[in-house]
Amino acid sequence: MGTTASQLAKDSLSEYQELTFLTKQEILLAHRRFTELLDRDERNHPNPRVPMEVILTLPELKSNPFKTRICQVFSTSEDKDGSLTFEDFLDLLSAFSDSATLEIKSHYAFRIFDFDDDGTLDCGDLEKLVNCLTGETEDTRLSSEEMRQLISNILDESDIDKDGTVNLSEFQHVISRSPDFVSSFKIVL
Amino acid sequence: MPGDTLITSENDTDIELDFAGVEDFQENHKREKHYGKRRNGDRQQNKRENQRRKRSSKSVQGIREESQSKTERRERSRRRKGKAEHETSGHEGNKRERDQTRAKSTKSKKNIKNEKTRKLEGKEDGEAQEKSEKGKLKLVCAKNEEKIESGDQLKEKEKALGVKKKKKRRKKVVETSSEPETSEDGDDEEEVNNDGEVRPELLSPEELEKLKEAVDEKKKLIQSLRGKPWPMKQKLVTLRESQLFVEKYEGALGKGKGRKLYAYKVMMTKKWMKFQRDFENFKTACIPWEMKIKEIESHFGSSVASYFIFLRWMYSINMILFGLTFGLVMVPEALMGRPYGSIPRKTVPRAEEAGAMDFAVLWDFGGYAQYSVLFYGYYNNQRAIGWFKFRMPLSYFLVGVGTVAYSYMVVIRTMARNANESGIGDDNSFNFSWKMFTSWDYLIGNPETADNKFASITTSFKEAILEEQESRKDDNIHLTRFLRVLANFLVLCCLAGSGYLIYFVVRRSQKFALDGLENHSWWERNEVNMVMSLLGMFCPMLFDVISTLENYHPRVALQWQLGRIFALFLGNLYTFIIALMDAINLKRKEEKVVKYNITMWEASLYNGTGSENSTAPPITIHPADVPRGPCWETMVGQEFVRLIISDTMTTYITLLIGDFLRAVLVRFLNHCWCWDLEAGFPSYSEFDVSGNVLGLIFNQGMIWMGAFYAPCLPALNLLRLHVSMYLQCWAVMCCNVPQERVFKASGSNNFYMAMLLVILFLSTLPAIYTIVTIPPSFDCGPFSGKNRMFDVIQETLESDFPAWFSKVFSYASNPGLVLPFILLMVLAIYYLQSTSKSYKEANVELKKKLQMQNEENKKKNKQAALKAQMDLEEARKSASQTAVHQRNNNDSVQRREDDEEIDNKNQRMYHGRNPSPSVGNREPHFPVRDPGPRNAHNGNHGNPRYLPGFHQQSEPRMCRVPSLERH
Repeated sequence: MGTTASQLAKDSLSEYQELTFLTKQEILLAHRRFTELLDRDERNHPNPRVPMEVILTLPELKSNPFKTRICQVFSTSEDKDGSLTFEDFLDLLSAFSDSATLEIKSHYAFRIFDFDDDGTLDCGDLEKLVNCLTGETEDTRLSSEEMRQLISNILDESDIDKDGTVNLSEFQHVISRSPDFVSSFKIVL
Repeated sequence: MPGDTLITSENDTDIELDFAGVEDFQENHKREKHYGKRRNGDRQQNKRENQRRKRSSKSVQGIREESQSKTERRERSRRRKGKAEHETSGHEGNKRERDQTRAKSTKSKKNIKNEKTRKLEGKEDGEAQEKSEKGKLKLVCAKNEEKIESGDQLKEKEKALGVKKKKKRRKKVVETSSEPETSEDGDDEEEVNNDGEVRPELLSPEELEKLKEAVDEKKKLIQSLRGKPWPMKQKLVTLRESQLFVEKYEGALGKGKGRKLYAYKVMMTKKWMKFQRDFENFKTACIPWEMKIKEIESHFGSSVASYFIFLRWMYSINMILFGLTFGLVMVPEALMGRPYGSIPRKTVPRAEEAGAMDFAVLWDFGGYAQYSVLFYGYYNNQRAIGWFKFRMPLSYFLVGVGTVAYSYMVVIRTMARNANESGIGDDNSFNFSWKMFTSWDYLIGNPETADNKFASITTSFKEAILEEQESRKDDNIHLTRFLRVLANFLVLCCLAGSGYLIYFVVRRSQKFALDGLENHSWWERNEVNMVMSLLGMFCPMLFDVISTLENYHPRVALQWQLGRIFALFLGNLYTFIIALMDAINLKRKEEKVVKYNITMWEASLYNGTGSENSTAPPITIHPADVPRGPCWETMVGQEFVRLIISDTMTTYITLLIGDFLRAVLVRFLNHCWCWDLEAGFPSYSEFDVSGNVLGLIFNQGMIWMGAFYAPCLPALNLLRLHVSMYLQCWAVMCCNVPQERVFKASGSNNFYMAMLLVILFLSTLPAIYTIVTIPPSFDCGPFSGKNRMFDVIQETLESDFPAWFSKVFSYASNPGLVLPFILLMVLAIYYLQSTSKSYKEANVELKKKLQMQNEENKKKNKQAALKAQMDLEEARKSASQTAVHQRNNNDSVQRREDDEEIDNKNQRMYHGRNPSPSVGNREPHFPVRDPGPRNAHNGNHGNPRYLPGFHQQSEPRMCRVPSLERH
């Protein structure tokens, strides 16, 4: 950290390799892409922070319906604006990388889906999730009846302790049996 | 918390108290009451121990935002410590000033240290938390066990920490004895900590053991750090601290000579780790086309990319096959075998010599290409060639077998791995949740693909809902049925027609071949391959049209389509092979005639020239003039090579015309056309994943079939795959649009693999059949002169191995031994299958049990809640005089208990410990359903003793007593 030059310090590079699921090349690529997002004067800042709007211009995130959630989850900013430092950015890429474990992927997936940050997926979260998945346009939206049916079906399946919400462990239980979660929960630069 | 550290360091508090502060902080922070209580005991014990050692200590003076009970506890300890202070105060007085100045300098160091301790605690917490979260879903008893376990682990860790502290104290003592003026502990400790000089000889073995454990734990932590869902900053700090810790104490663990060795070992492991990491990096950098595939992945989603990954995988397999045939068959024969033109089989016959170098001939793999290492016929039957006696025929045979064996191995291994990865994929119990949580493909980076994905997700939701309701009505079931039957009939007609066409064409081509190819046009010569390729191109389109009749769900329709194409290809291939078998039989008849003629010719040759003088030098005839047999093996090889070539060509041409030209036309004619070409009829083409994969699979099947007779086939295939990688990557990026229905890759992965396996089996069958049943040609190929091709094994056994070996081999191949062995294998398979079946059953049972338990719990909770509500109302009536705050208190306690009840009454520890939001969030729900199952359990309506009793129990800890009784 604290390296302001376009080149990463060797120490931190090896530390990043130790701490993420990324390879050296991927980290360097990430660093390059990240510095491209910065203004000229921002690059001299010791630990620059890229606002969410700029991060979302990345083509890898642009068409993702969860893009704002992803930024908010990985942001360490105090005022919760979804801005990312380079380290947050690395965290993001690491969680979405090929070799990340199911456990960490499902953990972050849960946090992304947990729209109100209360630690469980309740009906509101699920509704927002469905709306994200079906897109913004009118013709793809589900009717409220369908939505109700869908959410009750989901809760029937995954809410094992029947408290009306899906918590992290229930979520991980469901996800761990899914055949294609790991292969689709991926973002590569 | 920073204030906390500052205060402690300024006052030279002993580390123990500091540690307690950290604990308090963390406890407070996490709100883990039960666990905290347990720990309190530990801590107080620690403190007592402390005093026994007469450590001088000072108390924390700042007022912190801690809970009151905790401040009280601290006060108590302060009082106790006060006594100890008396004894050391005089001593301390002199040092005070000096220490304070020093303290400032060490403040920062101390800060770091504090943070370290805190991190350690944090780590423990994180682990415990993870554990608890993981355990949550398991059966309740298992959960309990795990809880206890994690509790134990925590205790152990605390012990380890304690040891660390003790050790530091020891060091301190050492320091004091050597330098009496720096006997003040806080400073001293800092110095010891910072100079890092550890004296292992002063540690008892068990302390060493504990230290070792701590170091190992740190190492484990470092390794598992990347799998922790923490922000990077936290991970960085933890990593640095653990590394420091490990570095500092690792060296201390050996003694004398062992110490050096240990240090060396540590260094080497570090180097090794670094090397491994670099090697990993290198390996990923070596994977070819990674960037290309990633680009496609982001544009078209994972399913299109899966085709290219499959292509790359095929490429790697063909690379190995090519290496085998090239290194062990082609190169040795070319380098060490007899040169071209030395014997008849290696020479172009006189009749063909004139046109042997024409491009048209070479393109058909005739002429010089036919009489080269590329084909079976060129190889000599010399048993050993070159100066190191390379056993050529044996190598040829073994490579043929090895190719097939390797392919089987790779395909089956990949299938097994895929099956492992997908786990229990056929489990349908989470249908909706999977659709919800895992349907988005995060790789999609193209807005158009994203739109398609939105649409497909929506339809899948709607369909799932409809299916769930089962209210779907078929508008006219008879019509659909009729149409489906009709469609299948049409498809069958197509298949039969294409099969007959191929058979007809192949027979016709044999007639042409008998007439001599030169008299026929290009089309007539290449009819077979062209017809096969064209059929492969147009029939799938026809099937596609037919399948619109059927009105199936798209996924089902895709499966039907795949099945039909598969049947078509397979039928074509097998018709081709059957026709080829006919051709082989014809050739063998021809061969008999030729053989007879040759003996006549030889006899006449000798009679004519050598009868008078047998000692005269044998007449030399140019090998090109020697009459020779038709060599059916080369013919088969040639057919396959031609087939591959024409197949490749049609693929590329379709690609160029169907995709590129179409895209160009649509793009540029759109301005001057009467309807919108881009949105309307021709539009851009989609990338047809399944068709392409099938093409690839059948191509590979042909390679496997023909590789024995044409060693050049893997090389050709390698070339083809290489070119198609680039060509298709380019085509997909420049002229295809994302699919309307984006299917997921992983589900079909093993499906393709299974198809590949079937094709592998089906393609090795005819190859093996020909090898085993048909005797090789008498004058060409490595096995000429033998009765069967596999006789080469026997020959090698007899001449190259000692006698006992061939004896053993013959015993081993005796049916009396082979049959029991096969029987044993069958039994083993049966056994494994039945065990897996029973596991599956057990799984289902467990699932049922879990569900039952869930329901039971639910029922119980409901009952309890109902009863409790009634009780509470009564209690309210009877005890209306109790104050509001009391009831609040009561409620909160009951809530906790209800919480426990839900998780089967044994989770007290667990819930107290688990700071996971689920619990926190669950609490607000309880007032609705709960207030107080405990009353219900007591069965004492409106218990008058109860509420006042509660009133006295101001400390939450006490309220656990009744619940304990209950269990």
